[in-house]
Amino acid sequence: MSAPDSTLSRRDFIRVSTLTGGGFLLSLALPGEAWAQTSQALDDTAKVFTPGPFIKITPQNIITILAKNPETGQGVKTSLPMIVAEELDADFSKVVVEQASLRGDVGAQFAGGSRSTPDNYLLLRRAGATARAMLITAAAQTWSVRAEELTTDKGRVIHAATGRSLTYGELATKAATLPIPDEKNIRLKNEDEFKILGGRVGGVDNPAIVTGQALFGIDQKLPGMVYAAFEKCPVYGGKIISANLDRIKRLPGVRDAFIIEGTDNLSGLLPGVAIIADSTWAAFSAKRQLQITWDESTGAGHSSSDYDARAAEAAKAGGKTVRNDGDVTAAFATGKVVEGAYSYPFLNHATLEPQGCTAWARDGGIEFWTTSQTPGSGQDLVSSTLNIPKDKLKLNLVRAGGGFGRRLANDYMVEAAAIALRSNGAPVKLTWTREDDMRHDCYHRPAGYHFLKGAVDPTGRISAWHNHFVTFGNKNTERPASGATMSPDELPSRFIPNYRLDQTIMSTIVPTGPMRAPGSNGLAFVMQCFIDELAHAAGRDPVEFRLELLGADRVVPPSSGQRGAPYDVGRMKGVVRLAAEKSGWGGKLPKGEGRGVAFHFSHSGYVAMVAEVTVSRDGTLKVRQVTAAVDVGPIINLSGAENQIQGSIIDGLGMAWLQEMTFDRGRAVQSNFHDYPLIRSTETPAMSVNFLQSKNPPTGLGEPGYPVVPPAICNAIFAATGKRIRQLPFNKTDLSWS
Amino acid sequence: MPAYTLKINGQSRLVNVTADTPLLWVLRDTLGLTGTKYGCGLGLCGACTVHVNGVPVRSCQMPVSTVGGVEITTIEGLSADGSHPLQQAWCEQDVPQCGYCQAGQIMTAAAFLKNNPTPTEEEIDGAMANNLCRCGTYLRIRNAVKDAAVAQHKGGRP
Repeated sequence: MSAPDSTLSRRDFIRVSTLTGGGFLLSLALPGEAWAQTSQALDDTAKVFTPGPFIKITPQNIITILAKNPETGQGVKTSLPMIVAEELDADFSKVVVEQASLRGDVGAQFAGGSRSTPDNYLLLRRAGATARAMLITAAAQTWSVRAEELTTDKGRVIHAATGRSLTYGELATKAATLPIPDEKNIRLKNEDEFKILGGRVGGVDNPAIVTGQALFGIDQKLPGMVYAAFEKCPVYGGKIISANLDRIKRLPGVRDAFIIEGTDNLSGLLPGVAIIADSTWAAFSAKRQLQITWDESTGAGHSSSDYDARAAEAAKAGGKTVRNDGDVTAAFATGKVVEGAYSYPFLNHATLEPQGCTAWARDGGIEFWTTSQTPGSGQDLVSSTLNIPKDKLKLNLVRAGGGFGRRLANDYMVEAAAIALRSNGAPVKLTWTREDDMRHDCYHRPAGYHFLKGAVDPTGRISAWHNHFVTFGNKNTERPASGATMSPDELPSRFIPNYRLDQTIMSTIVPTGPMRAPGSNGLAFVMQCFIDELAHAAGRDPVEFRLELLGADRVVPPSSGQRGAPYDVGRMKGVVRLAAEKSGWGGKLPKGEGRGVAFHFSHSGYVAMVAEVTVSRDGTLKVRQVTAAVDVGPIINLSGAENQIQGSIIDGLGMAWLQEMTFDRGRAVQSNFHDYPLIRSTETPAMSVNFLQSKNPPTGLGEPGYPVVPPAICNAIFAATGKRIRQLPFNKTDLSWS
Repeated sequence: MPAYTLKINGQSRLVNVTADTPLLWVLRDTLGLTGTKYGCGLGLCGACTVHVNGVPVRSCQMPVSTVGGVEITTIEGLSADGSHPLQQAWCEQDVPQCGYCQAGQIMTAAAFLKNNPTPTEEEIDGAMANNLCRCGTYLRIRNAVKDAAVAQHKGGRP
């Protein structure tokens, strides 16, 4: 009865496309017109089943699922369509995934806050389940049987009683004529019926990545395209006075060079010089010949050494009290007191693909090929900066070579737009140099200083905790800058009786903002290391000490007036215990070897890690093993989920060990990977990633692992050497011991 | 502008570019072979790795004037159809996160496996040490190289 299944697997598609150089691969890589043309040809004239924006099934049995959010390496181009395919009951290996452009009918499209999974899980399940229900109805009508007699599997509707089955493609034309049912009447699968979710699925772009197909922002190519570079003031907030444009315009391959006056918005269109050329290299070469007079006066007094000195002065002067529970002073008088001055530096996102964007201005509007994590905000920024109606701005979303929060800003997009408006109608590809990217992170993970005093009582519990947090405000001393805030609820607040938080805000011109697990990525290091100091002061096992601090299983709500998420103590204790168990916690290690534990809750994720290190007598560190335990509810894609935690471990190790941005008179000192290093293969520890798949709603994994790594490693180094690391990165600390 | 004849992926290609243009940008902008990536421009990250006479090099550091008459292989030419054991192993291990560095990783690994078809884990890590991955996929890279070595052995490749 059923036709032979003619659907190619995704890998077959890539192979065929690569062999023939045909258009289908283009359609996978490029959204928009190319896709529309190709799919139109495939669709013939027959009706295609499109029950909403997420699913398209042709009579030829091509099942296409829309990937709604930007892909930056966090895996959502695979995991979100998996959710649709699960409820549709399609064979995911044969599904064609199409990257959405920015559109109005699929909900918010952004990649941030680890929100893609929790915000879209039910929406996408309902989309898949609705389509499945309609396909079942179409089959029931075709066979004149009741829908209740039908089941589905791998893209087929099956009537078991008669042994008949039809592919979704064969049912598409009929399904397309049916009304879309009310989603209230649509039954979702029970989790024990899942066939796709929770399994291991490779990234849908993998075949294209490993064959070097044009996928990324920097790979876009359009007819008649020209290439651009943009030079900005090295000092944040500096203004342009003049430039040697006449000379630049005469250089080989240069078509035009001009000043863009720009705005004051540090994550918008900054003042600078644009160069349009015949190639990226011609633009980069001309950029090096630029002689620009800048007004750099904003930079005075803004050097890292100034910040460090001012923080030390602030520590002596004391800060403004923002929380004061119980009486820390009285508790210090009777307890065993520990003091420590902690700090962590500014960081750069350092995506491996530098910022850039392709823009084509024509017919009063602009079309973009952008790697933005917040395309809607990018559209707003371009519209407001350049006075172009939003409906004239079309955004194609292309794969980004890393995000980590950098592409939540859209500075590169508005730059490309401003240049494209002056390119005589030619499409423009703007590419930043690595040096541009390192010196113009339009917001850094802010540095922070924590002056801590804590006490343990005779029973070995934390009795008092006083933190003077010295942070940064954006050109003011009243409000912490973006990413530089600390909640008065930050642990161990709410978990101990005597807790005081004071705060001092120093003014900076260095732009700050979100980077992978913002706030948490510095705070977890401080809190989890100082908890460790107190555990050792109390002579307690660091795991037991933490479990006792967390206390009875319960959900701790945010304090009155605070916006944080409720803290599920049972879930946290679950991952602490799991990490300890999986790491072999508790066994005695010889001097020079040690294990350290840490936990942190952020972005709805509960994460604990145990690091195991060896430090030789001369201070050479080897991180041997990191064991992670993670509770983000049910896992969508086990392969992608493990990859995110493994990547967070490497990223966190780099943060702890190697990375810092420093500033000199308002400008970034670091410029490339020689002075802003990344972890290498030879420094990679063994990793064990363990998911505690609780029955809670699934949440995201891009961020919550990252903050936990530095404290686990620093605590392990202490266990191995007796050396307490209070300043990151610790490559400045002598780890030798005798 | 001077003309250069390059041998890329078995084909002879004529390009007109300035003598100092790095091979990287000739590949990407002039020839449309964008699989080779720009990461740092200083030979620090390895995203631009290609083979010159079978040896892995940083194409961002090779002016076009120095690569006439040599055999250049890019990720697009590693296999005709994505069937190189490393490409298959990369998919099987689901190595990529963002994927930006992976072409360079694969090119480094391909040259390495030719010289050392049965490497230890330490040898793999050492060979890959100058290819940076910002997403941190090193463990899977190591596993994929190991798998590819086994597959090559079984398949009778060197």
